[in-house]
Amino acid sequence: MSQTIKLTLNIWRQAGPNASGQFQKFHRDAVSKDASFLEALDEINEELIQKGEEPIAFDHDCREGICGMCGMVINGMPHGPRTLTTTCQLHMREFKDGAEVWVEPWRATAFPVIKDLAVDRSAFDQIIQAGGYISINTGSPGDANEIPIPKAVADLSMDAATCIGCGACVAACPNASAMLFTSAKATHLGVLPQGQAERLSRARAMVETMETAGFGGCTNHGECEAACPKGISVDYIARLNRDYLKAVVVSQTT
Amino acid sequence: MATKALALHQTTVGKKAIMAVTGFIMVGFVIAHMLGNMQVYSANPAAALKAYALLLRSFGGGLWVARLVLLGAVVLHAWAAISLVKQNAAARASRYHVKHDAVTSYAAKTMKYGGFVLLFFILYHLAHLTLHIPVGAPAVADEFAVFERMKAGFEVPWISALYILGNIALAMHLYHGVWSMLQSVGLNHRKYNALRKQAAVAVALVVGVGNISIPVAFMAGIVG
Amino acid sequence: MELHSNAPTGPIETAWDRHRFEMKLVNPANKRKFTVIVVGTGLAGASAAATMGELGYNVKAFCFQDSARRAHSIAAQGGINAAKNYQGDGDSIYRLFYDTVKGGDFRSRERNVYRLAQVSVSIIDQAVAQGVPFAREYGGLLANRSFGGAQVSRTFYARGQTGQQLLLGAYQALARQVGLGQVELHERTEMLELILVDGRARGVITRNLKTGQIDTHTADAVVLATGGYGNVYFLSTNAKGSNGSAAWRAHRKGALFANPCYTQIHPTCLPVHGEGQSKLTLMSESLRNDGRVWVPKNAADVTKRPQDIPEADRDYYLERKYPAFGNLVPRDIAARNAKDVCDEGRGVGYPPEREAVYLDFADAINRLGQHTIEERYGNLFEMYERITDEDPYKTPMKIYPAVHYTMGGLWVDYNLQSNIPGLFVAGEANFSDHGANRLGASALMQGLADGYFVLPYTIGNYLARAGRDLAKTPVAEDHADARSAKAEAEGRLKAFLDNPGSHGPDHFHRRLGKLMWEYVGMARDKAGLQKAIEEIPKLREEFHAKVRVPGSGASFNQTLEKANRVADFMELGELMARDALAREESAGGHFRVEYQTEEGEARRNDDDFAHVAAWEWTGKGNTPTRHVEDLDFEYVKLSQRSYK
Ligand SMILES: Cc1cc2nc3c(=O)[nH]c(=O)nc-3n(C[C@H](O)[C@H](O)[C@H](O)COP(=O)(O)OP(=O)(O)OC[C@H]3O[C@@H](n4cnc5c(N)ncnc54)[C@H](O)[C@@H]3O)c2cc1C
Ligand code: HEM
Ligand code: FES
Repeated sequence: MSQTIKLTLNIWRQAGPNASGQFQKFHRDAVSKDASFLEALDEINEELIQKGEEPIAFDHDCREGICGMCGMVINGMPHGPRTLTTTCQLHMREFKDGAEVWVEPWRATAFPVIKDLAVDRSAFDQIIQAGGYISINTGSPGDANEIPIPKAVADLSMDAATCIGCGACVAACPNASAMLFTSAKATHLGVLPQGQAERLSRARAMVETMETAGFGGCTNHGECEAACPKGISVDYIARLNRDYLKAVVVSQTT
Repeated sequence: MATKALALHQTTVGKKAIMAVTGFIMVGFVIAHMLGNMQVYSANPAAALKAYALLLRSFGGGLWVARLVLLGAVVLHAWAAISLVKQNAAARASRYHVKHDAVTSYAAKTMKYGGFVLLFFILYHLAHLTLHIPVGAPAVADEFAVFERMKAGFEVPWISALYILGNIALAMHLYHGVWSMLQSVGLNHRKYNALRKQAAVAVALVVGVGNISIPVAFMAGIVG
Repeated sequence: MELHSNAPTGPIETAWDRHRFEMKLVNPANKRKFTVIVVGTGLAGASAAATMGELGYNVKAFCFQDSARRAHSIAAQGGINAAKNYQGDGDSIYRLFYDTVKGGDFRSRERNVYRLAQVSVSIIDQAVAQGVPFAREYGGLLANRSFGGAQVSRTFYARGQTGQQLLLGAYQALARQVGLGQVELHERTEMLELILVDGRARGVITRNLKTGQIDTHTADAVVLATGGYGNVYFLSTNAKGSNGSAAWRAHRKGALFANPCYTQIHPTCLPVHGEGQSKLTLMSESLRNDGRVWVPKNAADVTKRPQDIPEADRDYYLERKYPAFGNLVPRDIAARNAKDVCDEGRGVGYPPEREAVYLDFADAINRLGQHTIEERYGNLFEMYERITDEDPYKTPMKIYPAVHYTMGGLWVDYNLQSNIPGLFVAGEANFSDHGANRLGASALMQGLADGYFVLPYTIGNYLARAGRDLAKTPVAEDHADARSAKAEAEGRLKAFLDNPGSHGPDHFHRRLGKLMWEYVGMARDKAGLQKAIEEIPKLREEFHAKVRVPGSGASFNQTLEKANRVADFMELGELMARDALAREESAGGHFRVEYQTEEGEARRNDDDFAHVAAWEWTGKGNTPTRHVEDLDFEYVKLSQRSYK
């Protein structure tokens, strides 16, 4: 039989973007250790609904750690205490019996709270729309094997491309900076031969859009990398810095 | 997408690059400065330092160019710092009730405070040893009596303490700043990245220990 | 109703070329006069919306997630097939076509499948040009692997995240069009109703999930690329938000629903651990290459620790029953056998159901060393450990089959157009290419084929031909038919909000899931299906009477979203049972206990059931009508599979 633990959960409740929020306390006597964090919230929610109260709003979809939809700050750590793990993959056995747990939304001016633990991350999409792509129309490319790409380069691109866009980097950063996300996206395309033509203009467009969305700047704390469930490296930030500076200072065409 | 292009100084990335370049100039300066200071340990420190001061003066216009570059660096550095600190604070307008830091260092988190300690220290230091405004130390009349002025100052315990504190702040600033500066201008390379932090520690230690040793040496009577 | 596939006749190899030539083109200057709605931004939707945008159409795209990039396609792991024959191991378009028809147990349309195999090669070219970082060999060329028992290596992959990478490629292409102003993207927006005017699809009613606002969007054509409906079972490997509502709303407006009973059960998923479980996690099929599946011989041993059960008391049932294929038998066979041993009381999962079997790596570790196993499956073992807190290097994994994919969906012709003119359906939401069973790594291929390479032509053809009619009847937001569709949607939501109720929608959804799994799951029989057809309407009534939705409709309200989706699952579930009951044969993902060979294999009935069953909605409370589209097999000879 699965074991249970006792927990006190303090969960951030906020009715809407402009409402002021506060913590609501939930005493849980028997939380299954095998339950995921979100399943523990599901259980609270079913009880709230039965009482006619509004359930805790939180985003989630795949519950497999790949879609990047879930995310909350648990005991001061984006996605909670286990490294390289999204909230949906976090299990209750990570908590001690009797522990007090604090749950808050991603806090960043660029990610306004929608309700409770759900935030609006559309600023990330705007960064991609500004240039986070390779301009190629359907049907125009040549054969896929025309350009050999060294395995190490493809692997590097893939390392960066594993970013799930959850926003934990922004949540963790003392400045709510989006540099880890932006640089991972720029690196994914920027190291590939296909991505060279737009490499500098892409870097510039993405950085500028990021700037106007209300994120802070990177001051190299490294909190983003530590919080990232996919282990995205801050090395990409240096790459993006370099490409951006090349675009603005050196290049004659961007 | 047709957004209006931003100039370098309008983006955080650009501002950080400005800080890195100006920081680099200042790092170069503090290292050279510290090495120059090491002449207090020569056999005849008073003569050596006087000769050093006269040598610098002999560069004439060159010295002024260097001073202006340094002054410009400090001003730009401080401007960018203030602007970034403001923008970064605005980006996290609502604070966490509970926040746990995973990897960041005390040095990194206190760059903005340490920077202002440094600004204050630089002003004091310039007043004391460049502009010859004694501020609490006995005045020394001879313009080139560098050693004597140092001695007069460092024999006042609080002045020594101020220099020690100022240099601790400097060492911490460099501990985070030197690797950060390389990251900010995109000097990264998978093979050498580990060296960046090591270099930062080395610079911080050498500059910090070198400079701090001077007031300590005066107070301990090792020199003087 | 007569169903016409509208597939070109003549030699299959040139059918698509000829068809494209015969299609009418829209004058480039006129394209911007047409608006196309694409609901869904998974592989199928994002690729269609991006391509239509590139061509110059006005596109409006919708998804319910907060970003188009989070569509469920993101979760696909294993890979994507394409007949590139880069490995020179004998693959060809014809072979991929052949394998897909056969793998689908002869229940798909040959001409559709042939076209799929043809365009599969362009998909890889397109993805690579977009920057999809597929795995490569040291020489810099693309790597391939063999997947799901295929005899050739035709699967392209990006680590275990192929769906993610392909979706990012399509999403970036879509984002580019959004940036250029060609596509208007509405995230966190759910389609509630289809707008029909004069029998044509002319728009959708949507709800902005953030604000609760209900809007009318009109258009000249509507594409549904809204994914599969596996979540009818509550527990599945699908994302929590995956739903059948868009398709079901279209069905209720007259679109036929084809082969709803064909569901694919994936054999290697993590077992259910308890009541509160919210979803099932897929473990890659590749694990069966080195893992050995077993249960105790004696039911009495199920409570013992696996290491305490001696070799002699273990039953490696797949190796025993299928000596040639062993642990590598196809998905459905592996799944059904796991169910059988658990039904015999020999399951080793969590009590009380104990539904799980062991997947044991001890032999492989002894033979190859822990290091090799770590290299091959390190990330999967880690994921397993994270979820179950058990170390698969030391103790065997526990696995159990779970609902994974739905082959059924809205009926479409060769042009991917439903029986409603102007309504196109793509990706998992349509029924088209996989017949009764989908091969591994073929869903991604189909979604992208539909979106990049089929719809842009066929929608153009529709618009070119219907353009004059469409222009004659412009549909504004306040058109009477749009208003009534909106009123319908609003009424439905209001009913939920006003209901006094006692339980949340999940409560009823779980119960529906249990019914479906029990009676319309891995093995079905007449009595069980009849029982489901009896029980589901009762549960549905109880749901409508007792579901409780706190909060208001004019704000973010996830309970309301769920209630609305569960309501449609309650109807769709019943249709699945009816379809399963009517199909008196076993084929692919539909296994009827009454129709099996002596050896317990699926037995098709080609004389009576070599057809597509397409169901017509006949109004609430009425029995739906079953229509039939006969399938011809000109190229691939009908044959029975055997894995003995
Ligand atoms: C765990 C897992 C692993 C898999 N692995 C593989 C694999 O390795 N290879 C392979 O080929 N296939 C695989 N599949 C299958 C494959 O991933 C899917 O079949 C395919 O991605 C479906 O794509 P789609 O575009 O049709 O739909 P989806 O990606 O599901 O997208 C549906 C879209 O519709 C939107 N939507 C739905 N309803 C509404 C509504 N009412 N209003 C507005 N928007 C709506 C959603 O927001 C979403 O954008 C896997 C599936 C799973 C579950
Ligand atoms: C004038 C007073 C100073 C102020 C107000 C100041 C402030 C700051 C601040 C706020 C930062 C950014 C910290 C961060 O990114 O987290 C910074 C970075 C830095 N500072 Fe200073 N500082 C001052 C003086 C100095 C001096 C004297 C030196 C060198 C000896 C120096 C070298 C650096 C370097 C190298 C960086 C790193 C730049 C980068 O990351 O790109 N600073 N400073
Ligand atoms: S729900 Fe998809 S990553 Fe957590």
